[in-house]
Amino acid sequence: MSFEKFLFYVFAGILVWSAMMVITRKNPVHSVLFLVLAFFNSAGLWMLAEAEFLAIALVLVYVGAVMVLFLFVVMMLDINLAELRAGFVKSAPVAILVALLMGVQMVLVVGADRFGLSSMPAPEPKSADYSNTEELGLALFTQHLYAFEIAAVILLVGIIAAISLTMRRRPDNKYQDPGKQVVVKAKDRLRIVKMEAESTQ
Amino acid sequence: MEILIALWDALPLVVQIVLQIVAIMGPVLILVAYYTYAERKIIGHMQVRMGPNRVGFFGFRLMGLGQPIADAVKLMFKEIIIPSGANKFLFLSAPVLAIATALAAWAVFPFDAGLVLADINAGLLYILALTSLGVYGVIIAGWASNSKYALLGAMRSAAQIVAYEIAMGFALVGVLIASGSLDLGAIVEAQSGGLIHWFWLPLLPLFLIYFISGVAETNRAPFDVAEGESEIVAGFHVEYSGMTFAVFFMAEYANMILIAALTALMFLGGWLSPFQGTALESWFAWVPGIIWLLAKTFFFMFCFLWFRATFPRYRYDQIMRLGWKVFIPITIVWIVVVALMKVYEAPIWFS
Repeated sequence: MSFEKFLFYVFAGILVWSAMMVITRKNPVHSVLFLVLAFFNSAGLWMLAEAEFLAIALVLVYVGAVMVLFLFVVMMLDINLAELRAGFVKSAPVAILVALLMGVQMVLVVGADRFGLSSMPAPEPKSADYSNTEELGLALFTQHLYAFEIAAVILLVGIIAAISLTMRRRPDNKYQDPGKQVVVKAKDRLRIVKMEAESTQ
Repeated sequence: MEILIALWDALPLVVQIVLQIVAIMGPVLILVAYYTYAERKIIGHMQVRMGPNRVGFFGFRLMGLGQPIADAVKLMFKEIIIPSGANKFLFLSAPVLAIATALAAWAVFPFDAGLVLADINAGLLYILALTSLGVYGVIIAGWASNSKYALLGAMRSAAQIVAYEIAMGFALVGVLIASGSLDLGAIVEAQSGGLIHWFWLPLLPLFLIYFISGVAETNRAPFDVAEGESEIVAGFHVEYSGMTFAVFFMAEYANMILIAALTALMFLGGWLSPFQGTALESWFAWVPGIIWLLAKTFFFMFCFLWFRATFPRYRYDQIMRLGWKVFIPITIVWIVVVALMKVYEAPIWFS
């Protein structure tokens, strides 16, 4: 077994294990942390597949930003575990059936006769000056430009929708306008009054 | 000399790499120790105090130069208290996460032309990914401590770091448009030609935003609401004692050094001499590049301390406003400006 193959099995093993832990842990914070571990290991797998840019981007985007927000939300959730686990025994047979079906389907679609080494040989190793990033950029901005732009617009719509759904206008709230705060002058706020002394002692 | 080179080549690759790592980590950790001393001394003098001046070596006071060593020894011998109800594994792994990301980023950092541990062509991306992981140390520490103050500190820190990371990332996009490369060495080479060719001038807004966001990212004053000792005691590391606290402390300072060094590398020409292209160039030709890099880095490290002595802490909503409503729009606009300058080959910098 070559060293790369060994690494592949290490990454893949930890990936599957941590993915199992994500759905079996009782504590949601632990689940999120295992999901982070799963992302790390899939980044390792992508690195082995010579997709360096995608591997680092996965860590940067998912681990560095998305999962931080996940953790942020999950830590503040107040989840009643007893309620969540109430229907476990009753729905377990259905769940196992669905899981089995999905497993069989996945083996049929991505099994060895379609994605095996004979039909999908390993790509030629690239030379050291080959830039993954450049190739991806060229493909994205020429061949797949429309798909790229449409994805961008869909994301923008998603952002606007999320904000408009969750925005609450509360006119009774007191807001500060930093612009006004900056332009304020002492004479607008402070009045010095000359007063007679009221009594003399 | 030739014997030494032959000896070096005879070593196995693993030993070579370990020795190289030691050669980087040793100076960085010593710098971290003496950065804390410099902070106390500089802020002391700014506030007309003496700063630490008692602990020296062998009976000599030496302006308190022994202070960091004494602090380290003290922290090492203190008890590590684990709060009741805390998750022990996560509680202890949080400081490790914080320092590991701060130190691992140095792997791709070029100290001089070709003087780099791992010369990968996506160095900038790697550093961006690693620095974005540092927040996990803070969040996990806050959560695993089983303490309200710590959790509040972690929440503040998470929101703040996510906000400023976007601005920081956009600033780096500007750098990579200007240099046309993700390779840190190539980014420095793209700035060669003298003081006005360095990226601080064409990317002035991005330069300022990058450094200010770096201050926010490392949770330093005036953005240190994650610690906010007047409101939430010490924030995320309130439950940490002894060496676990010391590791957080070291991670914070290592991150500050990293941000300072990266700012010097990407906006002030890294190891390039400031006299390039002037009559003084040949006079200073004997100065090794790493000295210039260190001088620029030390300037930004000094700025961190200067800010702390100068500015009052930001209010939380003001931090959020500055990050989301001021910095991010400016960076987006300037990225477009840089791209236009690049396309139309603006004189001096991109022609």
